[in-house]
Amino acid sequence: MLKTALENVHIALGARLVPFGGWNMPVQYRPILDEARTVRTRAGLFDLGHMGRVRVRGADAEAFLQKLQTNDVAAIPPGRIRYAMILSDQGLTQDDILVYRNPGNDGFFVVVNAGNTARDLEIMRRTAAGFRDAIVDDQTQQLGMIAIQGPLSQQITQKFCDGDLASLKYYAWMQAKVCGMPMEISRTGYTGEDGFEIYVPKGHEQKVWDAFMNAGAADGLTAIGLGARDTLRHEAGMPLYGHEIDETTNPIEAGLDWAVKFNHDFTGRAALDKVVAAGGTGRKLVGLTSPGKRCPRQGYKIVRGGQEVGQVCSGNISPTLDTNIATAYVRTEFTAPGTTLEFLIKDKTEACTVVALPFYKRSR
Amino acid sequence: MRPNDRKYLKSHEWCKVENGIATLGITDFAVSHLSDLVFLDLPAKGASVTAGESFGEIESVKAVSDLYSPVSGEVVEINKDLPDNLEWLGSDPFAKAWMVKVKVTATSGDLLDAAAYDAHCAAESH
Repeated sequence: MLKTALENVHIALGARLVPFGGWNMPVQYRPILDEARTVRTRAGLFDLGHMGRVRVRGADAEAFLQKLQTNDVAAIPPGRIRYAMILSDQGLTQDDILVYRNPGNDGFFVVVNAGNTARDLEIMRRTAAGFRDAIVDDQTQQLGMIAIQGPLSQQITQKFCDGDLASLKYYAWMQAKVCGMPMEISRTGYTGEDGFEIYVPKGHEQKVWDAFMNAGAADGLTAIGLGARDTLRHEAGMPLYGHEIDETTNPIEAGLDWAVKFNHDFTGRAALDKVVAAGGTGRKLVGLTSPGKRCPRQGYKIVRGGQEVGQVCSGNISPTLDTNIATAYVRTEFTAPGTTLEFLIKDKTEACTVVALPFYKRSR
Repeated sequence: MRPNDRKYLKSHEWCKVENGIATLGITDFAVSHLSDLVFLDLPAKGASVTAGESFGEIESVKAVSDLYSPVSGEVVEINKDLPDNLEWLGSDPFAKAWMVKVKVTATSGDLLDAAAYDAHCAAESH
């Protein structure tokens, strides 16, 4: 099992570590719902060393990325970032990714899911082979990744970062000195809060982690595990690979068509054209809330009038909304907000209601 | 060592049999791995349970787990205050946080004594 440079830091903080995407990762340091509240109200620090990080260079880098993924890379200005998907020829989701165009316009940076990194690299190299000059350079082991998320993120990070963070827009990145060393920092995240993700050259992870902890102590910054990260991303309506999206789903039914631009050719395009022409697949991803004691969980069936009409992708207790939340694929005719459905726990049913996604949106 | 007046399943339930009545619960190891407990579903008095099969469910913030019965028989008593006091599972898993009492008709063949169960937990932690 792989471990990040910060594993001993997590152990010293008393974290519970679990295998995730091939890595030994902290799932929690404190009760999960308390950690989630800390990120919504103050700020939290995340070790994301497990995420895959890939640089793309060469004269054909843009053309290669256009073929690889669903968003329009040509429309990304230097220093900006887009969310996208890698699909199979059948239009099914192989991964969801972030594509960064370098601030100096001299290449790209792609961040992928830990559990999909090996397959993504295989797809990337196979696709790149069709271009004369597209270099795929896996930097996962050369870079660490640390995120701060929460409303106090900027004031904490600015204490030891020389870049003007106030001028850094959402889904933009820049190079700046962090702890006196040049690093890349993006205003991105997976919690629905303001925050930054810092790409840390190997060997400097603990220095950056400690700088955050020292700078943020008075503001209530604490380490946050993958358990709360899942709760936070789910509240914010962000999909998690293996739950809302996987090799059996396409971006249209997942409600991610905003990240698919049909102005260019990409792997899976022809299959998606057919899905769009057919008016969808007959099912859509919806949000559900349920007020009962039992939380809907991945795999639970959704029923209406005794008929199965869907299945749960993720379920969580939402500390921010104080209810159970779930995402589920449901037959299209039952996806209007306000529709009442039920989920099945073994032979018992619990009421739930379709709601618009995201469940939570921060005020800006 | 954990209490040696009872037997354990590898799935981290314990049972203590006295005068043909088994008291069932889950171990400190189970509680520490479940973490952040939010809900406990126990069978009704009079229900029958089967050794090796589920007799209830325990839910944490992130997951639901089945509770496996070390014995077969009829549920004669449940700890009805426990679902509203799940913190007892953390503070006193082997006494105050007992779950159900069962009039035993058969016992699982997979029960471990305390020493063997301790060794099993040590192995699972690595």
